[in-house]
Amino acid sequence: MNGFPILSVMLLVPAVAAMLCLFVSANAARWTALAATLVNLVLGVLLWSNFDIGGAQWQFVEAPALGDFGVFRYALGIDGFALMLIMLSVFLMPICIGASWKSVTNRVPEYMALFLTVEILMIGTFAAQDLLLFYVFFEAGLIPMYLIIGIWGGANRIYASYKFFLYTLLGSLLMLIAMIYMIRTAGTSDIPTLMAYDFPVQVQTWLWLAFFASFAVKMPMWPVHTWLPDAHVQAPTAGSVILAGVLLKLGGYGFLRFSIPMFPEASGELTWLILTLSAVAVVYTSLVALVQSDMKKLIAYSSVAHMAIVTIGLFAFNQQGIEGAMIVMLSHGLVSGALFLCVGIIYDRLHTREIARYGGLAINMPRYAVFFLLFTMASIGLPGTSGFVGEFLSLAGTYRVSTWAALICTTGIILGAAYSLYLYRRIALGDLVHDDVKAMPDVSMRELAMLAPIAAVVLWMGVYPESFLAPMRKDVGLLLARIERAAPVSDSRPTAGNPAAAAAHAAEHGTGGGEAAHGESH
Amino acid sequence: MSAIHIVVFLPLLASIVAGLSNRAFGITLPKIVTTAGLFVATALSWSIFIPFLTGTAQAGVAPVSTWILSGGMNIAWELRVDALTAVMLVVITSVSALVHLYSWGYMSEDADQPRFFSYLSLFTFAMLMLVTANNLVQMFFGWEGVGLASYLLIGFWFRKPSANAAAIKAFVVNRVGDLGFMLGIFGTYLVFGTISIPAILEAAPSMAGSTIGFLWFRADTMTVLCLLLFVGAMGKSAQLGLHTWLPDAMEGPTPVSALIHAATMVTAGVFMVCRLSPMFETSPTALAVVTAVGAATCLFAATIGLVQTDIKRVIAYSTCSQLGYMFFAAGVGAYGAAMFHLFTHAFFKALLFLGAGSVIHAMHHEQDMRFYGGLRRHIPLTFWAMMVGTLAITGVGIYEVGGFAGYHSKDAILEAAWAAGPRGYGAFYVGTFAALLTSFYSWRLMFLTFFGTPRWAGSEHIQHAVHHPHGHHGHDDHAHDANHDMHPAAEDAGHAPSTHDPHASDVVEGTAGYHPHESPIVMLIPLIVLAVGAVAAGYVFNHWFIGADGGETFWKGSLFFNEHLMHEMHGVPLLVKLAATIVMLIGLASAFYVYILRPGTAAGIADTFRVLHRFLLKKWYFDELYHLLCVRPAFALGRFFWKRGDEQTINRFGPDGSAALVGFSSRLAVRMQTGYLYTYAFVMLIGLTAAVTWAIAS
Repeated sequence: MNGFPILSVMLLVPAVAAMLCLFVSANAARWTALAATLVNLVLGVLLWSNFDIGGAQWQFVEAPALGDFGVFRYALGIDGFALMLIMLSVFLMPICIGASWKSVTNRVPEYMALFLTVEILMIGTFAAQDLLLFYVFFEAGLIPMYLIIGIWGGANRIYASYKFFLYTLLGSLLMLIAMIYMIRTAGTSDIPTLMAYDFPVQVQTWLWLAFFASFAVKMPMWPVHTWLPDAHVQAPTAGSVILAGVLLKLGGYGFLRFSIPMFPEASGELTWLILTLSAVAVVYTSLVALVQSDMKKLIAYSSVAHMAIVTIGLFAFNQQGIEGAMIVMLSHGLVSGALFLCVGIIYDRLHTREIARYGGLAINMPRYAVFFLLFTMASIGLPGTSGFVGEFLSLAGTYRVSTWAALICTTGIILGAAYSLYLYRRIALGDLVHDDVKAMPDVSMRELAMLAPIAAVVLWMGVYPESFLAPMRKDVGLLLARIERAAPVSDSRPTAGNPAAAAAHAAEHGTGGGEAAHGESH
Repeated sequence: MSAIHIVVFLPLLASIVAGLSNRAFGITLPKIVTTAGLFVATALSWSIFIPFLTGTAQAGVAPVSTWILSGGMNIAWELRVDALTAVMLVVITSVSALVHLYSWGYMSEDADQPRFFSYLSLFTFAMLMLVTANNLVQMFFGWEGVGLASYLLIGFWFRKPSANAAAIKAFVVNRVGDLGFMLGIFGTYLVFGTISIPAILEAAPSMAGSTIGFLWFRADTMTVLCLLLFVGAMGKSAQLGLHTWLPDAMEGPTPVSALIHAATMVTAGVFMVCRLSPMFETSPTALAVVTAVGAATCLFAATIGLVQTDIKRVIAYSTCSQLGYMFFAAGVGAYGAAMFHLFTHAFFKALLFLGAGSVIHAMHHEQDMRFYGGLRRHIPLTFWAMMVGTLAITGVGIYEVGGFAGYHSKDAILEAAWAAGPRGYGAFYVGTFAALLTSFYSWRLMFLTFFGTPRWAGSEHIQHAVHHPHGHHGHDDHAHDANHDMHPAAEDAGHAPSTHDPHASDVVEGTAGYHPHESPIVMLIPLIVLAVGAVAAGYVFNHWFIGADGGETFWKGSLFFNEHLMHEMHGVPLLVKLAATIVMLIGLASAFYVYILRPGTAAGIADTFRVLHRFLLKKWYFDELYHLLCVRPAFALGRFFWKRGDEQTINRFGPDGSAALVGFSSRLAVRMQTGYLYTYAFVMLIGLTAAVTWAIAS
């Protein structure tokens, strides 16, 4: 990989393909988009296999002299976090194109071009090493998404797209102001430098809040989550997949890349805010999910609850928390993406998202029922699937900071099971009562080709998550080394044991003999 | 690759093969693959177990792979084999293999057999992962895996709404327990810095007396951890408060009830407490809670078992009650006795369930005992198998000679409770009284089912069978539909008390011309094998499980073996030793009087104690209470947060509000721009006045 600008190439491939799409027929645009995203997937695999685990923090760094624009620099480079999120993006992209293969029929070239643009912007966001470059990629992502929802969306798409735009833009402007201040104060827009720069503590809080305004909306955190259900409901299937799969990860990535390392003191002080909002989110949005009658809305609300597990993990200030949060992000990207695909598959057949219209699909769509069950279980966090690994680590990390937050957020495993299984029951189980549902065919080869790879990765991440944890381990360590000084105080603080007193106590209970026997046994 | 790898992973492999071959290869191949796999696993399990009996085997851990590696948290896939695991291995694989075989007959008319066998093997795999776990997280993997399999099998007949509801209920209620388990793991990791079970158990004694912050209070560290973990055990083992899913789980096919909801999965909680016994021993408070919960469940479930009319539900409540015995045995420190009862219970309870399945099979899917009667001559083998099971569960035996399996294990538990001193007295009295109830409801089941005159004519199922004797093509569907029709009534017995109080006058006597048939040989073989276990398991194994010297060398530290307590057990007063036998005889005699000598008595008693009877029939109103306290508020809150929170508050003052504000202010601005000169002049004048005033005033 010496000197080969692989990251730039990964930006260039979809860019060229997007241009090409605009000038060809609908069918050719589909194939072009698929080819381009597959090429990027291959490049992504190359990227991963050439990533030196435990090596330099920043790898594949590109900072061409030509790319210096004075105010900002075209500089790319990735660490383990970025690598994993780029992998997620390039993995989901071909699947999104596949999901749109038949369901999108009008303005196909434009649609494909926009999706390829989304891919450029996502990779750019994760790979940017310059603050302003990041900002451009980060915010520009809004535009294609806005158009995808607004043009190819459902009946109420205009309202949803405006809401999406307004919400996310407002936070972003505050972030831009903070960024300009930072660049002026620190004298650089280089992200790695800024990550080691110590801003005065009182300034940190303001900067932290400005970034928070943007990331909390993107995440989305309660109570600025209400754009998400509307956006999901109105977006076309592939739009939902990419929205849930990757765009929701931008907030978490932002916290990890900017808020926490750049403003460690502020992060430590404001941990209570994050924990409170997250704990509320888990219970609140899970309960809301329970009463939804629209499939997409239900999954959208469940996404908010899952994202809350990411934020608590990130602000746990320990290895389990941060690694867990990252795995939740990756897992949720796959699982909720897959769930939206599952919804899309039956929506394509019946053209309704109303849960009550379905039922008994396990009878005529057994393969579908199996995949849907697998993803439902992964969403619930069943051990052996990716969902468990992330959730478990994240909550274990949280417990070390706050038993309250851990307790409330862990109730998510009960509520999550309730709304997910209730959904599954209403869709797949029971008897077939509607004639039109009875006539629905099982998944096609195309749909199988979309679901099977995700299922494989979900299981892989569940059984052997080491593949995914290893590239990030060193980065988590570096981050922790930087923020340790600001870590919040745990509310557990166990004292040292006093076995002698306890043994005397036990002897009163007449188990002294047993105590001795036990001593021998070890 | 050692024997244990094959034992654990063969069922998984078989499950995958059976699951993937669904519909493609017909139904026989998956059945052969899974059943053969299980028999191989059983043979290997016994080959692992027997060396532990002879004392030649050593505990060991077989590595498989890394799983999660995060900071100091090193979670590996590994298979631990010690005496405790070996006991569970033979229980799980033996019962599972027999249930696989039995299902060949019981499920023979079902179109979805590959799926059924695949689930059964999947369950077995998860259960084996649970008992071979060397760390808490792998145990949790197995824990949730068996939960998944249980969910799938309870809801196996997924066209039935009641089965789906029961499946969800089982999963969600178990998750409440899992919440405790997970927090317990988190806390344990926080305190000990490891999740490896041997490391925790080694470090646990040194943490005695430490305190830890939890939520708003500080408490004894080990007590907090043990109680959190115990909440998990309560969920899985259906202890009082978290028991509500178990009776409903009877919606699943009967072989499932035998395997999962009697012999294996529900005992996982007991296994967990035994596995972590050195940890529990460091907290007398936690042990007291375990004892109290166990004793309470033991009594509570037995009282409900007295009045249920569905044969499977009686056995389900009986299971719940027997699990209570195991827990209070653990609570008083007699872990060996708890495991012993787990072991013998697996045989006689699986036997009772499979026997009940055979009865149900013979009675054309009728499960209501009020429509049975006089079956002993028609299905003699089933009758004798059930008889053995009943003799075992009621603990029939002769002092200093020996008896059926339950005689040895239950008596050991009661004696241990007494021997443990003041902390066990309460449990002893409760347990003894529950033994009386056990005897009564078990014999009630036998008498109602096999004795007296046939009352089959009243059953819709039987009528159906008689009127459509050749409807075998549609048999399967129709049986399920019929089940479905019948269930709302049977399961909510009490909603319509007039038809469900066991008034003798309501009962239609007669056979309606129906001829029950004995089950096929594949169903009878498991009954016979289990019957042998139910007869002999107690007598043969008690030396190793609870013998004061045999136990120490058998368990080899795999659980906390209180040799002192085991010695004490032999010194308890004679009356204590005979108590269980005495109450067993009282229960038998009263059941005999009520159901054989004076068949109308039951209705009279129910009438006299109408309120109590109804309270028991409605299962202490737990379901109603939870519905009122949890289910309805959850949905109501959900709607409230959605409509009032999201739509009417956040959206209204958030995005919609700001959009409206923009509209409003622009309208306001438009109005200012009137275009009339005098308006502008007036505004200028006001401004000038204000400016001048400010300038002068300052």
